[in-house]
Amino acid sequence: MRYLPKSDAERRAILDELGLASINELFASIPEACRLGRPLAVPGPLSEKEIIDYFRARAAENAAGYTSFLGAGVYNHFRSVVADALLQRGEFLTSYTPYQAEISQGTLQAIFEFQTLMCQLTGQEVANASMYDGSTAAAEAAMMTVRLTGRRRLVISRALNPEYRQVVDTYASDLGLEVVETGFDAKTGQTDLAAAQAATDDTTAAVIVQSPNFLGALEPVAQFAEAAHGRGALLVVAIAEAVSLGAVRAPAEADIVAMEAQSLGLAPSFGGPFAGVIATREKFVRQMPGRLAGQATDGEGRRGFVLTLATREQHIRREKATSNICTNQALCALAVTMHLALLGKEGLREMAAQNLAKARYAVAECEKLPGVRRAFSAPFFNEVTLEFPRAVRLINHELERERIIGPLPLGPFFPEQTKRGLLCLTEMHSRQDVERLVAATRRALESLGVGAREAVSSPAER
Amino acid sequence: MAPTNSPVARNVSLGERLLFEKSAPGKRGMELPPLDVPSVDVAHALGAENARDGVDGFPEVSEIEVIRHFTRLSTWNYAIDLGMYPLGSCTMKYNPRVNEFVARLEGLATEHPLQPAELSQGCLRILRTLELFLLEVTGMDAITLQPCAGAQGEYAGIAMIRAYLASRGNPRKKVLVPDSAHGTNPATAVTAGYEVRNIRSDSTGRIDIGHLAECVDEDVAALMVTNPNTLGIFERDIAEAAELLHARGALLYMDGANMNALAGVARPGDFGVDVMHMNLHKTFSTPHGGGGPGAGPVAVEKRLEPFLPTPVLVEKPDGRLGWDRNRPKSIGRLRAFYGNFGVLVRALAYALAYGPGMVEATRDAVLNANYIRKKLEGVYDLPYEQPCMHEVVFSDARQKKHGVNTMDIAKRLIDYGFHPYTTAFPLIVPGALMIEPTESESREELDRFVEAMRSIAAEAAENPELVKSAPHSARIGRLDEVGAARKPVLRWKPQ
Amino acid sequence: MYPANYKYSQEHEWVTLEGQTATIGITDYAQHSLGDVVFVELPKLGAKFSAGQTIGTVESVKAVSEIYSPVSLEVTEVNTALANTPEKINQDPHGAAWLVKGRATNPGELAKLMDAKAYEAYVAEKEKEAGA
Repeated sequence: MRYLPKSDAERRAILDELGLASINELFASIPEACRLGRPLAVPGPLSEKEIIDYFRARAAENAAGYTSFLGAGVYNHFRSVVADALLQRGEFLTSYTPYQAEISQGTLQAIFEFQTLMCQLTGQEVANASMYDGSTAAAEAAMMTVRLTGRRRLVISRALNPEYRQVVDTYASDLGLEVVETGFDAKTGQTDLAAAQAATDDTTAAVIVQSPNFLGALEPVAQFAEAAHGRGALLVVAIAEAVSLGAVRAPAEADIVAMEAQSLGLAPSFGGPFAGVIATREKFVRQMPGRLAGQATDGEGRRGFVLTLATREQHIRREKATSNICTNQALCALAVTMHLALLGKEGLREMAAQNLAKARYAVAECEKLPGVRRAFSAPFFNEVTLEFPRAVRLINHELERERIIGPLPLGPFFPEQTKRGLLCLTEMHSRQDVERLVAATRRALESLGVGAREAVSSPAER
Repeated sequence: MAPTNSPVARNVSLGERLLFEKSAPGKRGMELPPLDVPSVDVAHALGAENARDGVDGFPEVSEIEVIRHFTRLSTWNYAIDLGMYPLGSCTMKYNPRVNEFVARLEGLATEHPLQPAELSQGCLRILRTLELFLLEVTGMDAITLQPCAGAQGEYAGIAMIRAYLASRGNPRKKVLVPDSAHGTNPATAVTAGYEVRNIRSDSTGRIDIGHLAECVDEDVAALMVTNPNTLGIFERDIAEAAELLHARGALLYMDGANMNALAGVARPGDFGVDVMHMNLHKTFSTPHGGGGPGAGPVAVEKRLEPFLPTPVLVEKPDGRLGWDRNRPKSIGRLRAFYGNFGVLVRALAYALAYGPGMVEATRDAVLNANYIRKKLEGVYDLPYEQPCMHEVVFSDARQKKHGVNTMDIAKRLIDYGFHPYTTAFPLIVPGALMIEPTESESREELDRFVEAMRSIAAEAAENPELVKSAPHSARIGRLDEVGAARKPVLRWKPQ
Repeated sequence: MYPANYKYSQEHEWVTLEGQTATIGITDYAQHSLGDVVFVELPKLGAKFSAGQTIGTVESVKAVSEIYSPVSLEVTEVNTALANTPEKINQDPHGAAWLVKGRATNPGELAKLMDAKAYEAYVAEKEKEAGA
């Protein structure tokens, strides 16, 4: 086997040194009744070429060659080959968590840079070295507010990504926390501020909103902060599309930002691995979960970096840890650091501006279609909820024939919204992609009986 | 000013500064194609109150500077690709390169998790094939690949136990954890709402089965056990422990961190385990990447299947795969989407490379650990004399007489070109040296390591100061962790 | 080493009473076994504790140690200077690095604690165990 660096003769020689007659004697401490006693019934072994062939065949069974307009927490942005080439250096790829600072300075300095970048992006004072993903970051942020306030009630916007909401629910239910969902405004698509305010009481640990929210609407973060702080609660802002921060003001009023950094240099990869981020105020750092790199000096006064404030973590506190999280997503965070280094200040600003422009162009073109209009009035970044005259599911079925994956149907998440879909545009979409989408949608609508001249009811009349 | 902050140093890589310190306005490392639709004014599009004019302090560097920056940083890391990485309990084995290649394929890396299932059959088939592979290796009945890492897998496993017991009327109050356990175990039990009770190890390093019997009562939900345990010793009485628990309505949870000692030899499902997680970044070779990403699948016995995290991958009568989201008894969702797919692809590539031959990797891992044990026995103190499996735990008892402790020896290993072993764990061995060579080491590399360890033992006796002040050859000396923790500096700020 | 006018708990806290006011700190043995202290977490003013309850934590780089109140008390003052100078706990654990002052609500509890001599013997025993 090519991964095993021993010949049978070498194995034999080692067994002789150990005074063993056969390799099975190494397993003598396992009682006979516990042993398998037969070969594993699994496929393989495969050579390198066969492995590549196998996965190429699987890749061909997916959506390669389709143009997709999906976002909803996973975004397709340009990634330079430079970052990936660097990322595949064995010194990064095959190193362990940097507990031994003297021989892990590469990883540690990069984490320190990552933490700095995340603070700059989010307008917060401290950021950790990454969490699993945006959804778990949101759940960890919620639990952090419970520790900080000693309160046990969470007010969560219904416009938080539904899968994030489910993750928060999972963790909250085990801790016996009260979760209150607060709705969004039917006109603006923003979380209903008055309702959120009413739901926030003296037992509320946190108000949790996402911006841009799941429906694409930017939330008035400062107003939610005021509402939460008025009752002694904290504001958690989730961010699923981090590229927005190249154009959208940082949520500096938030007490905790729970962010998904996937769109900053990580492939969609069917949903993972990504990198979550928790950023917060300096005074909350001791209740923040996850690893942290900090600056330190050696005996000769040289600057270096170490993992620090480790007493928050499970291997020291054991049952009293702030979280049981052990790994972070170091390699993903490193990829994000490399990507942002390349993109830089101007690149991120330009990428964000292009996303804004493409989304607005697509909306304008789509609104030329019969009965298609924006569902909500709030400002949006690169994602927008569109209202169609037919069920989005049916329209998408037609689009798939033309190798287009259309807007995400909202029906499965919001049963009252089957005719609405979430359309996402990034700098990766060309003008032609938008034109193809519009033309194909026009044909789809026609085949579903919606003609150009048909009078279509507006959302307000429905 | 400290020498590392100076642009001039003895060696270029010594002086590599922070990205932010290399930045100059107007430089960039990436350009986008020109905009092919009408441009918009950001403040106009978003409202002036929402708009931002770029991110203050963001770096501005060119492409070659980025390449040099990260290449220089990389040279400051130790890595498996450089040599043996004997970290006990971490299983630092070879990470095959073909795994990296296939995870990046167009049609896999590019796929969106919310695209229709009909257009995701390739991704789903990969997940299903891995599920079946892991079920056969563990002997369990059902599985979820959703957990992002071992710790989250543990959490899912304990949450499932809780949900199962609650469905039978009483979730119970306590989780038992042996004193040799990984720190994640008690942390997990508490996160899932349980009190933790420690179980003693006996003089052979195994769970004290008598103490266990005393502790199992109607309040106990489960025992969390690592097998082989963190001393590298197989829990011989595991089946008996399972019976003890089952008789009182409690369950047996296995931490599969050490599954690489069992794959192809013994299956937890065959010795009474009800729930277990695995660390694919250990047994299944996915890269540690400086601390993640990992993946922590959880496999369960049949009666726990309804409680798996949602959604669950199902095969339809026509052979197509899809997600079952209608899971009323499920513990819920652990993360958005389906898990660390890219990591799962790598794990399957590894699994397929071995196939049934995975048992050879297991054998070599155990062979290597026993070889090191034999070669260092008599040089370092062996607190438990039972034969070991994939890892061996020594103590620094002999070297302590010269004032040298396990951490000093570990740091001295750096000077010999090795990564340190795991120090000060498991907690039941004072001054532990926990060594796990994995199957990936040739005899030559093992002999180099043994020689280094023998040489350090001699130094500890003859010149303890040399060992205590190690490392001497690293890029940087021992860092002041106390100062770093007292006055944390966690980000760069402009002067 | 250990002031004669203090009383000591098995968890290595000291307490001294002036009138109704109890002053609490950790002992030299405690700071020594913990190592360099990097952070102290102290209770809020007005908080009430009964004897044996956790009133805060002391952290070194790699360990966290809980502080148990040796007597029942209502907190009237905490040593805020320690937030910026936790190293004082290593330098002067029995003096400047006191942790908490409060009104002793059941002063009779002091009688159950060790005096300096008994504590010294207790610590000597601990050190023997650790050395063995």
